[in-house]
Amino acid sequence: MTDPIISIRNVSKRFAGGVTAVDNISIDIMQNEFFALLGPSGCGKTTLLRMISGLETPTEGQIIIGGQDMAFTPPNLRPTNMVFQSYAVFPHMTVEQNVGYGLKVTGVAAPEIKTRVVEALEMVKLSHLAARKPDQMSGGQRQRVALARALIKRPKVLLLDEPLSALDAKLRDDMRMELTRLQETVGITFIIVTHDQDEALSMASRIAVMDKGAVAQIATPGELYEHPSNKFVADFIGKVNLLDASVLKQKGKTVSCSTQSLGKFDIDTDKTCGTTATIAIRPEKLKLSIAEPKGAGLVKVKAKVRDVAYYGDTSHVIADTDSGKELEINVQNDSRTGGSGVERGQKLWVHFNPHDALVLTE
Amino acid sequence: MSVQLKPGQGPLEYARRPWIIILFGLVLLFLYAPIASLIVFSFNVDKSGVWHGFTFMNYVKAWHNDAIFYALSNSLTIAVLSTIVSTVLGATTALALWRFNFPFKNTYEGFMTLPIVVPEICMGISLAMFFSYTGMMAGVRDWLWPFNLINIMFAHIAFCFPFVAVVVRARLQGFNRQLEEASKDLGATELQTFTNVLVPFMVPSLVAGGLLAFTLSLDDFVITLFSSGPGSITFPVKIYGMVKRGVDMQINAASTILIVITLAATLLAMKLQAPDKSGH
Amino acid sequence: MDDWKDYRKVFLTLATPGSIWMLVFFIIPMTFLFVLSFSSKAVIDGETSTTAYDYFNTFGNYFASTGQSYLVLLWRAVWTSAVATFVCLVLAYPLAMAVCFAPSRWRPVMLLLLILPFWINLLIRTYAMYSIFRTTGVINQAVGLVGLGPYEMLNNTPAVIMGLVYVYLPFMVLPLYSTIEKLDRSFLEASLDLGASQARTFWSVTWPLTLPGVITGIILVYIPCLGTFLTSDILGGPNNWTIGNAIQNQFLEANNWPFGAALSFILMYATFIALVIRALFARRSKGVDA
Repeated sequence: MTDPIISIRNVSKRFAGGVTAVDNISIDIMQNEFFALLGPSGCGKTTLLRMISGLETPTEGQIIIGGQDMAFTPPNLRPTNMVFQSYAVFPHMTVEQNVGYGLKVTGVAAPEIKTRVVEALEMVKLSHLAARKPDQMSGGQRQRVALARALIKRPKVLLLDEPLSALDAKLRDDMRMELTRLQETVGITFIIVTHDQDEALSMASRIAVMDKGAVAQIATPGELYEHPSNKFVADFIGKVNLLDASVLKQKGKTVSCSTQSLGKFDIDTDKTCGTTATIAIRPEKLKLSIAEPKGAGLVKVKAKVRDVAYYGDTSHVIADTDSGKELEINVQNDSRTGGSGVERGQKLWVHFNPHDALVLTE
Repeated sequence: MSVQLKPGQGPLEYARRPWIIILFGLVLLFLYAPIASLIVFSFNVDKSGVWHGFTFMNYVKAWHNDAIFYALSNSLTIAVLSTIVSTVLGATTALALWRFNFPFKNTYEGFMTLPIVVPEICMGISLAMFFSYTGMMAGVRDWLWPFNLINIMFAHIAFCFPFVAVVVRARLQGFNRQLEEASKDLGATELQTFTNVLVPFMVPSLVAGGLLAFTLSLDDFVITLFSSGPGSITFPVKIYGMVKRGVDMQINAASTILIVITLAATLLAMKLQAPDKSGH
Repeated sequence: MDDWKDYRKVFLTLATPGSIWMLVFFIIPMTFLFVLSFSSKAVIDGETSTTAYDYFNTFGNYFASTGQSYLVLLWRAVWTSAVATFVCLVLAYPLAMAVCFAPSRWRPVMLLLLILPFWINLLIRTYAMYSIFRTTGVINQAVGLVGLGPYEMLNNTPAVIMGLVYVYLPFMVLPLYSTIEKLDRSFLEASLDLGASQARTFWSVTWPLTLPGVITGIILVYIPCLGTFLTSDILGGPNNWTIGNAIQNQFLEANNWPFGAALSFILMYATFIALVIRALFARRSKGVDA
């Protein structure tokens, strides 16, 4: 097993006034990973990123980059480079000067700078704007300048702070593909910070979900979505229906539980449950039918539709069970006629297969 | 220079670097030591410059010194009256500039900032000349107090109101005009909107501008020197006269009084500016 | 913004008071001064009058002002102001940086401490300097305790420069603070992140981007220094008089008003040139406003 390129060990950051931004976090990031730090605002992800870059120092802990503890090394001496959320492209320099800046200040010879700048601009497709000043460029173009400026330094790790947040929808898609392509081409480790789960899920190979300064779960996107390890992750990533359940008995991997709204059923899990647990089921795993569904082992309940939100390809249906539990169901609009066929006020059966649900103990 | 950072300290936290702290301390010493010494020695028994004992005598002497007392009251009167007029002029000018577009606006704005930019001595001279030529200098000398101070007041207002205008204008730039629109939408007239929406918003800047004008007027020396005649001496001018005649602890006492008044007015201005209700 | 024609009455009510005041108490006096600078004392019945003038009849005053001694005074004003401005800049920049990058709860206090002396009367501050540095002042007393001195620290040019720095330092701190405060920190962070040292970051990024504020500060200090006469009088003595003293002298003592007027205008031309240089600079280096 190769050593991680970045090893964050027991890092904490406390600010004056008693605020703990990062609470005893340990993460290992491997070479060539596209790693994401995902979480709501205030969870400490940006602080952690800045500590990796050297713009902040931890109160405790080690940050080992490439085998050396660099927690207290100044940022200009670390093999990391950052693309800032505001891009921070120097307004008083041209694109060329910006991109070459990192080489100039470390004493690289002028001819070499020139060649490498040309290369870097080609890589981000900005060769035609080399002599432009930033105030004459769009946000997307400035971001690419920031990218080129960082990548030209050939860092061991590239850090990106909310790279897609300032872009509009179409640009976002383009840049997402661009970043993934770049990462594979250049072959270095990318670490991005984002609050947008779509960004993280679609770009990263592994994601650390953070909440209130601690790591909630580190896993691949698929694992996070289908096997969240706790309620926070289940709720933060995608939408989820959470049901409180009391555990009647657990026999090996099978748990018999009882819920207030969906009755009793058996469900498989790797976890060891106490007396209570939470059942999580994603909206797309719930199905709607007018007639009572006939199938062995299906969990079913009658509910009244309260709201239908039409999104073109899907419809999000909110229905309340007789016991008052609100369920969210995603319906594919897979026929051109008849829409989703669901209307407000309708009384329908909601059902699912317990295999599609999971048990959460925290 | 590969200095390691300290735990918890970022690379941009310049205020924690030792040499900056030392520089800051030295500059503060440089700035305040002379003033502190001035105040301390105002309690000194004699004027030799050597400390010989604590006394309030200088203050008592200064208080009983009619000339000083008269000069101080002149200064305060001028300051109060000039402030009132300056604030009105400054506010109206700021409103006109903020609200309206008109031909030669840029030139007009330039002219309005001239008093701030022109060397005080030039402005003082021109006013002295003007007052003398129009006979105002000699003419007002025998008028009843406080009207004999009117020259100085005119001069002070002339150089104070542009400052007030700048302060009020800056505040107006932050005004959300949608508040006005909302007011009219709810049925208010222009005048009502002005009084009930715009004026309350302006008040902090009027106070700040007024206090600025007050301190500028109270402290002014150069322009006052030139526009005052023999019977209308103000406090700073009086002190200047005393300084020319040599060191005297009464000067220290009188200066300390002026410092206290000025600082009180300044700190009051800052306090009133602090809670910023921008109406957003 | 509304057009004035749409609200004629309101506009005129607002704009007239200030305009009239400026006209009567600034523009007209200045024009008089201008005219006077080209005038000479009238000769009535073979005697030079002290009150009547022949207006607009001579360049004589300006010629006289190019006389050796006056040029010396002007030159002295120009370069002592330059030195004082430079010292203010060198001191104020690190101070402004310190305030801007200090923890936010310290910032108002730090700024207040630096700016407060500004509010104290210029004369009093200069006098305070005088009392400390004179031969019987506190400093000489202190060194006297260890048997040194007394030193004549006043009545020379460095004393004047020190006095100017003492009085005008806050004028440099404020615009620098204002500009540095608006500077986006991520520019500095990006520079460090890309490998530049602190010193390099300052010269390549911070300084160019704060240049507009530097220039404002320079103007705010240089112009008052040019016209100073108190500081040079009290701290420098007659050997260190500058043009400001000459103007004051011509007006109050020598009573040669046309000459004083000419000197005044020369001072104003110098000021005007400084402002034009600033405007040119501001146009060329569009710094932080991106």
